[in-house]
Amino acid sequence: MLAPMICLPQPDAAILARKAAILENLRTILDPVDVIDDDLLLRAYETDGLTAYRQRPLAVVLPNTTAEVAAVLRFAHLQGVGIVPRGAGTSLSGGAVPAADAIVVGMGRFNRILEIDYADRCLVAQSGVTNLAISQAVAARNFYYAPDPSSQIACTIGGNVAENSGGVHCLKYGLTTHNVLGVEMVTPQGEILRLGGRYLDAGHYDWLGLMIGSEGLLGIVTEVTVRILPKPQTARAVLIGFSTTTGASACVADVIAAGIIPAGMEMMDGPAIRAAEDFVQAGYPLDVEALLIVELDGPQAEVDELLAQVTGIANRHGATSCRVSADEAERLRFWAGRKAAFPAVGRISPDYLCMDGSIPRHQLAAVLQSIAELSVRHGLRVANVFHAGDGNLHPLILYDANRAGELDRAEAFGNDILRLCVDVGGVLTGEHGVGLEKRDLMTYQFTPTDLTVQHRIKQVFDPQLRFNPGKVFPTLSRCSEQGREHVHADSSRHAGLPRF
Amino acid sequence: MDGFRPHNEAELVQLLRAPGPAFELAAGGSKRGVGRPVDAPLLDLSGLTGIIDYAPGELVLTARPATPLAQIEAMLGARRQRLGFEPPAGQTLGGVLMANSSGSRRISAGSARDHFLGFRAVNGRGEAFVGGGRVVKNVTGFDLPKALAGSWGTLAALTEVTVRLVPAAETESTLLFDCAGVAAAVDLCSQALGSMFEVSAAAYLPVHGVALRLEGLAASVQSRIAGLMPALGRSAQSLLQAADSALFWRRIGALEALADLPVIWRLSVPPREAARVLDAIEPEAFQLDWGGGLICLGARRVDAARVRGALRGGHATLIRASAAERRANAVFEPLPPALAAIAGRLKAAFDPDNRLNPGRMD
Repeated sequence: MLAPMICLPQPDAAILARKAAILENLRTILDPVDVIDDDLLLRAYETDGLTAYRQRPLAVVLPNTTAEVAAVLRFAHLQGVGIVPRGAGTSLSGGAVPAADAIVVGMGRFNRILEIDYADRCLVAQSGVTNLAISQAVAARNFYYAPDPSSQIACTIGGNVAENSGGVHCLKYGLTTHNVLGVEMVTPQGEILRLGGRYLDAGHYDWLGLMIGSEGLLGIVTEVTVRILPKPQTARAVLIGFSTTTGASACVADVIAAGIIPAGMEMMDGPAIRAAEDFVQAGYPLDVEALLIVELDGPQAEVDELLAQVTGIANRHGATSCRVSADEAERLRFWAGRKAAFPAVGRISPDYLCMDGSIPRHQLAAVLQSIAELSVRHGLRVANVFHAGDGNLHPLILYDANRAGELDRAEAFGNDILRLCVDVGGVLTGEHGVGLEKRDLMTYQFTPTDLTVQHRIKQVFDPQLRFNPGKVFPTLSRCSEQGREHVHADSSRHAGLPRF
Repeated sequence: MDGFRPHNEAELVQLLRAPGPAFELAAGGSKRGVGRPVDAPLLDLSGLTGIIDYAPGELVLTARPATPLAQIEAMLGARRQRLGFEPPAGQTLGGVLMANSSGSRRISAGSARDHFLGFRAVNGRGEAFVGGGRVVKNVTGFDLPKALAGSWGTLAALTEVTVRLVPAAETESTLLFDCAGVAAAVDLCSQALGSMFEVSAAAYLPVHGVALRLEGLAASVQSRIAGLMPALGRSAQSLLQAADSALFWRRIGALEALADLPVIWRLSVPPREAARVLDAIEPEAFQLDWGGGLICLGARRVDAARVRGALRGGHATLIRASAAERRANAVFEPLPPALAAIAGRLKAAFDPDNRLNPGRMD
């Protein structure tokens, strides 16, 4: 097995040596059944959605209450032990990959919806409740929770808060940060805080805004208050085929420029279309090289008029097919292909890496062209499935981990794509987070001062740097495997930078 | 001494990197009366003005922070775009963001901070740095625009900001309903905001009753008006269209109903709490916005204990009061001890020598 390119932190030998005592203590703080150190059971926690990286943690704890979380964190604080928060473990950036000398705090037991308030249009849930369960809980009254990441059947609302998750509808309805009103959290020192609540905006600094998207570096969220929205009167999707991704990209730009904000505007390229169609038979045309799914929602009169405008724009850009969903079943079928696109690609390749760069929309065509060229240069196939409306790319790099050097090549290809995104005025990650995966590229987007300013915020909350170690901030720590040191000078525009 | 007026980021860096006094930061100066009085020379940021990049097709604008809102809105209006969060008039773009100042559409479109994509700024150490980016979707690193939004110039001075834009609505209409009392008014707002008719703003003024605004394509507004009234089970007393509707909401944003009173509080509460809070405070005058979640109340005296004592969840900010009263009372919602300690460390991380608006948010 090759050493992965990204280093996991070197474990602290002194903590590993105290493992037995630490476990004994944890079993007095929690019910012993909620403390896991059995090697076989730990395997379920050794990775997340970034499966190329695996690390068995010191232990896993499964607290049942906020008070238990606080007790565990106070203990870890006093003992100087690291903590890795974990929701459902669906992070695509390695945000929940354990560290060998750290305790994983699994939030799976926090699975209750505590209150639904239709008058004030909010819902209070424990942080381990799944994203989809929230929408389901309010569906009978015609409400829903807007952010809908593709992993919504599994991912937790606490994980969504940590990652500031998006989804196909965030073009119109925003990311997690725009839809969360408050959280209860526990600090790395074990203090319980409430940030925000059933009201809008902050009365002082915007702690809630800072916590959302902090990738588990600042604390553990135990409870979340979200806004729920009335379902739109109607929603219709149109499936538009193009013979080139350039035509599709121009169509996307013109829809936005025409003042239309669709509920979602997704693009798939040829390889992705064919993989998805083979997998779920969504009715996609197979003779096209790019497919747009444009969804419009809202009042009936508005949706009808905007659909006419969108199809007009599509035809001006040479659309080869254009099909409006006739009914709700067909609309859902259009989406079924898109939502299953990642696993569909998983069927045509043993492994894939999912990238997440975000770019200005007018750069779409040029960046897709460059990705195609990089694909040839790296000798690896790529399929593109992404949120075109907000310029959030998801190139899926296909590789086979069992073939020597392919993972390294796939990662090098991915890094090239992300550098390209930054070069055209975009960013490394639109919704998946930096995590472990993009940590070493942070120096490409940010100057040393930019990163120092961010790292000081980390230290405000976690001066001992024990929370989710090895994530987000670049590090020069030695590799835990083989003691081999990796310094990715090639990925850095800022050699000589202070690293964290 | 009013001699500190940088024209660009480099001059601001030079000023803050060198040892020197603390400063009161201002550009347009519209907010100098908010916060504890800052007894320090003025750092005049009004020279940091001008549009840097406006890409209508991207729905993104980058500008220097002292650019007046009026200039920006005129430019956007010509391309049928706007700032989605409806900031009250008379501010600069940087001031809007530093105060997280949002208007009536906040309830449907989000707040200033929700549209704040990125910035360049200089902190109290004299370090120039960036936060966020220029694209609409970005989770790279900590969300620094959130940290700065509503920080009232206590952490850093902005030198360049990027905000998200939205298409302007083709037209708007406002329905006015007579309503007896706050509780009934909030109920009506909640019903309307919980309906599928996409109400973009919902306010209550004792003299006008409940006001519900609908925006969008003309045909859509028309059909929603027709659908909303039966859904609410009542007819509107009057209908304001287009320019009349826009004027009505501008006056709400300007707090005209409270203009004559020397003290104004701005309270953010759970909407269902509004009636109880107002009963407990008994202000001279008030208006409700955000479906009842925003109470602006006017009074003769500050009476902070009574106002804050009435809150069960939410926060109160004193947005108009004399300097003496602002010295004597916490202007922003006091923090619980654990958060106050974190706030102190956050301030020190950005501004360890306390040079930017010292004490303003204490």
